[in-house]
Amino acid sequence: MELKEVIIEKLNGTIKDAVLEVSDFRGDLCLVIRPEKFLQTCRFLKDDDELGFDMCEDVTAIDWAKRKNRFTTVYHVYSLKNKFRLRLKVNLEGEMAESVTSIWASANWYERETFDMFGIKFTGHPDLRRVYMPEEFEYHPLIKEFPLLGIPGSIPLPKK
Amino acid sequence: MGLEAKLTSDGFITTTIDAVIAWARKNSVWPMPMGISCCAIEMMASVDPKYDLSRFGSEVMRFSPRQSDLMIVAGTVTYKMAKVVKKIYDQMPDPKWVIAMGACTSTGGMYRTYSVVQGIDQFLPVDVYTAGCPPRPENLINALIEIQDIISKTRGRDYQDKPLLEMGFSKQ
Repeated sequence: MELKEVIIEKLNGTIKDAVLEVSDFRGDLCLVIRPEKFLQTCRFLKDDDELGFDMCEDVTAIDWAKRKNRFTTVYHVYSLKNKFRLRLKVNLEGEMAESVTSIWASANWYERETFDMFGIKFTGHPDLRRVYMPEEFEYHPLIKEFPLLGIPGSIPLPKK
Repeated sequence: MGLEAKLTSDGFITTTIDAVIAWARKNSVWPMPMGISCCAIEMMASVDPKYDLSRFGSEVMRFSPRQSDLMIVAGTVTYKMAKVVKKIYDQMPDPKWVIAMGACTSTGGMYRTYSVVQGIDQFLPVDVYTAGCPPRPENLINALIEIQDIISKTRGRDYQDKPLLEMGFSKQ
């Protein structure tokens, strides 16, 4: 049995109704996970001896602008043991998401970046501050209604 | 020959203090290399033996702003970096000059976006703008020659009414 099938079968076997959707585009396996079961799924993927997804490579988000569930968070996790990369997606209701820093410590700054750019609040994050933009900045640049050139006067320049 | 021949025949020359100081100053411009991104690589290239900025007396790149009188801002200045650039500029002793090197520094360049300052002249008094992305070393050398032109025209009284901010003095 191929590893992809093992992952899906194991997930379906241990956590009920966690996987909502499976896509396999050009060898990249992508799973859409139910929001309530997400942390449980991540914990299982990491702790399982056979799967061993021990590395979180990226956390980012998608802004769908006009959909009802506007934001989707995207996680890229890697299994060093199996040399296999997996993408997880969660369709959020609102702009609250659960932090995975308790599972993968490396997600700390990725989640801060996602918060900075999209304004998604990760509950359970130890230190949710901006990474790129100045701390007093009020907007989130990667959401769709933010103008490309920014909002004039929103970041103060030093005086001449 | 030249100056020393004149000196040996007469023992002295007459000139104005402004002319001597401007002449000395323009041939020993010490740049502060504010290398923020890729323009900095061309700035380094202009100091190397092939282009050799030291022909114009500017080989002493000082990484301390307090020892420099020319700031070469080489690279994309973001809003976050603008505060730092200004802080370093403020530490340079008067008189001082600024070269905006490259498209990003002069106008924002290809980064027409929320995070990049669309031209450093919004917060710094720029003397010479340099075109290019990045500019060739010849172009930077040309900018330096322009700066030398500007310096050669300065006079002491141009600075008389300026407060000495860096020493905490102000004119009574």
